[in-house]
Amino acid sequence: MSEILEVKDLSVSFDTYGSEVKAVRNVSFQLMKGETLAIVGESGSGKSVTAQSIIRLVPTPPGKFIGGEIRFNGEDLLQKSEKQMESIRGKEISMIFQDPMTSLNPTMTIGKQIAEGLMKHQNMSKKEAHLRGIQLLKLVGIPTPEVRIKQYPHQYSGGMRQRAMIAIALSCNPKILIADEPTTALDVTIQAQILELMRQIQEEMGTAIILITHDLGVVANTATRVAVMYGGKIVETGMVDEIFFEPKHPYTWGLLGSMPKLDKEQEELQVIPGSPPDLADPPTGCPFVTRCPYAMNVCGEHMPSDTSVSSTHEAACWLLDERAPKVDIPESAIVGGNDIYV
Amino acid sequence: MSNEREKLLEIKDLKKHFKLDRKNVLKAVDGITFDIYKGETFGLVGESGCGKSTAGRAIMRLYSATEGKIEFGGEDVHQAKSKKMLKEFNRSMQMIFQDPYASLNPRMTIKDIIAEGIDIHALIQSPKERTARINQLLEIVGLNKDHGNRYPHEFSGGQRQRIGIARALAVSPEFIVADEPISALDVSIQAQVVNLLKRLQREHGLTYLFIAHDLSMVKHISDRVGVMYLGKMAEIAKSDELYHEPLHPYTQALISAIPIANPRIERSRERIILEGDVPSPVNPPSGCSFRTRCPLAMDVCAKVEPTWQEYKEEHWVACHVYDENYNAEHKARENQKVERIHV
Repeated sequence: MSEILEVKDLSVSFDTYGSEVKAVRNVSFQLMKGETLAIVGESGSGKSVTAQSIIRLVPTPPGKFIGGEIRFNGEDLLQKSEKQMESIRGKEISMIFQDPMTSLNPTMTIGKQIAEGLMKHQNMSKKEAHLRGIQLLKLVGIPTPEVRIKQYPHQYSGGMRQRAMIAIALSCNPKILIADEPTTALDVTIQAQILELMRQIQEEMGTAIILITHDLGVVANTATRVAVMYGGKIVETGMVDEIFFEPKHPYTWGLLGSMPKLDKEQEELQVIPGSPPDLADPPTGCPFVTRCPYAMNVCGEHMPSDTSVSSTHEAACWLLDERAPKVDIPESAIVGGNDIYV
Repeated sequence: MSNEREKLLEIKDLKKHFKLDRKNVLKAVDGITFDIYKGETFGLVGESGCGKSTAGRAIMRLYSATEGKIEFGGEDVHQAKSKKMLKEFNRSMQMIFQDPYASLNPRMTIKDIIAEGIDIHALIQSPKERTARINQLLEIVGLNKDHGNRYPHEFSGGQRQRIGIARALAVSPEFIVADEPISALDVSIQAQVVNLLKRLQREHGLTYLFIAHDLSMVKHISDRVGVMYLGKMAEIAKSDELYHEPLHPYTQALISAIPIANPRIERSRERIILEGDVPSPVNPPSGCSFRTRCPLAMDVCAKVEPTWQEYKEEHWVACHVYDENYNAEHKARENQKVERIHV
């Protein structure tokens, strides 16, 4: 598989009253053609800021890029002017947001919102864009698209708005689609519809997807590879099976352990004690040190480096150092059989 | 659970309709019947707009019911009561709300928020005891006693939800309605709050009505689960049974839609994906309200509303597929399928 996007040592901070919040700290990853990379983590872990940086939607100020590169098509997106970015956004890289209620323009018809991109990037006439809009709505499974295209967002249900958002995002056949919690605001039955739709579209058009989510079920359902973020850093990356069946980082163990298991009777859920670090004053060592049950002296002082476990699997944890004591995966983090009605 | 369980709440044919204008009525809850036993957790699930929150609020008397009866400990909730009785009733039933940001008064300190119920019900007279009780409550929910002097904006979502729980516990209730108490929280924090709720139930013998749309968390916390669709109850069963042998086609689709955190299972799974959206409760479909999205819909489903029957022991369902009077078409179809496989 060839690489389509590479993020190298990206650091993003936000200026607030009295302090600088270091939301993303030295994040590096690659995105391959046609794959789905899931970025998981709690709120405040920096996953959304990372995604917004790729398409330069981080408001500056208060945000600022401290360093790093985002290489797409051999060029660094961070060096581009706002004008140049406009020809990339929507055309090469597009994004769908969590909340379909607030990310569509309530004063424009859905048709107009789809046509906007088509007329700008594909030089289509109004009429061509309208016809293409009907096709796109049909593609994302909206019934009677001829009628629906003339309607406003408030006339759509939540699931249909997210479909319309996907139609807008896909209108110019982008190479990369960034989906920031695309199903969090939706009910499970509608979530299943939208995930299925994204999968179909990826198969047909070969789009690479960056999926940002905190739901490990959604990750298991859609991802090819997974990056786990914590405290503004990527703490573990690997193929989806490696993350679920051979996780190496204690934070990943904690995440897997705090999911209720449908096939087991558990009296207590495993919890990660405490709360995430304050990124205005991030710890010098590993960001997880205060909540980690295996923390050693070295963890608070030095940030562990990324250690390769396999050619596709990396984790940043001192436990992987040869001098560290050997720790086995806790039982709670072992992904169960889940023999429920399927 | 013993065989002779004591009913704490009996809900009989509860209806709550909202009048929108002269012509339109929104039937948020349209005739639901179920019991909640003492000491159990009853989970109520369904998609947004199915009426689960309205049902919870009607039980709490936050809404007056349009029709039907709710009996709490043998007494009708909606019956006119003297002021004194009403107060006692309000004390024994408390609520935990979904949004920990909107449900705490930003201008009150934590200790005043927690003690508001204590003050209203005059449960404690001396200021010293009041402080002691507040500190005790803060400790129960895992907060620090010097948190009492702070204001809600100083706390994270998970901490605020703990404050909401402490407020509900302050008046020593018997029954707590938890309306989506964890859906606004992060996964690792959700586990903390759920463990706290379970521990409190063990220690204080509480009864919960747990309303949520996250089905895996509901299974974890509930003894029995009810599934609602468009204001009606589709199915009620013990939670294990509901997740392993769901009867109603809606429950089957709902459970099949839960993404399981195991990539191997996800790859091999055949999902039932429902088409379309939930119809409007202002103008619900005739007969069975689920028929427009039901993969098993028969002709009769448009004409006759399914009856609420106990199909197996303690497993209630409202679906014509399980009704001998109406399921001829379904059986014929199933037989055809079997024949096709054999040929």
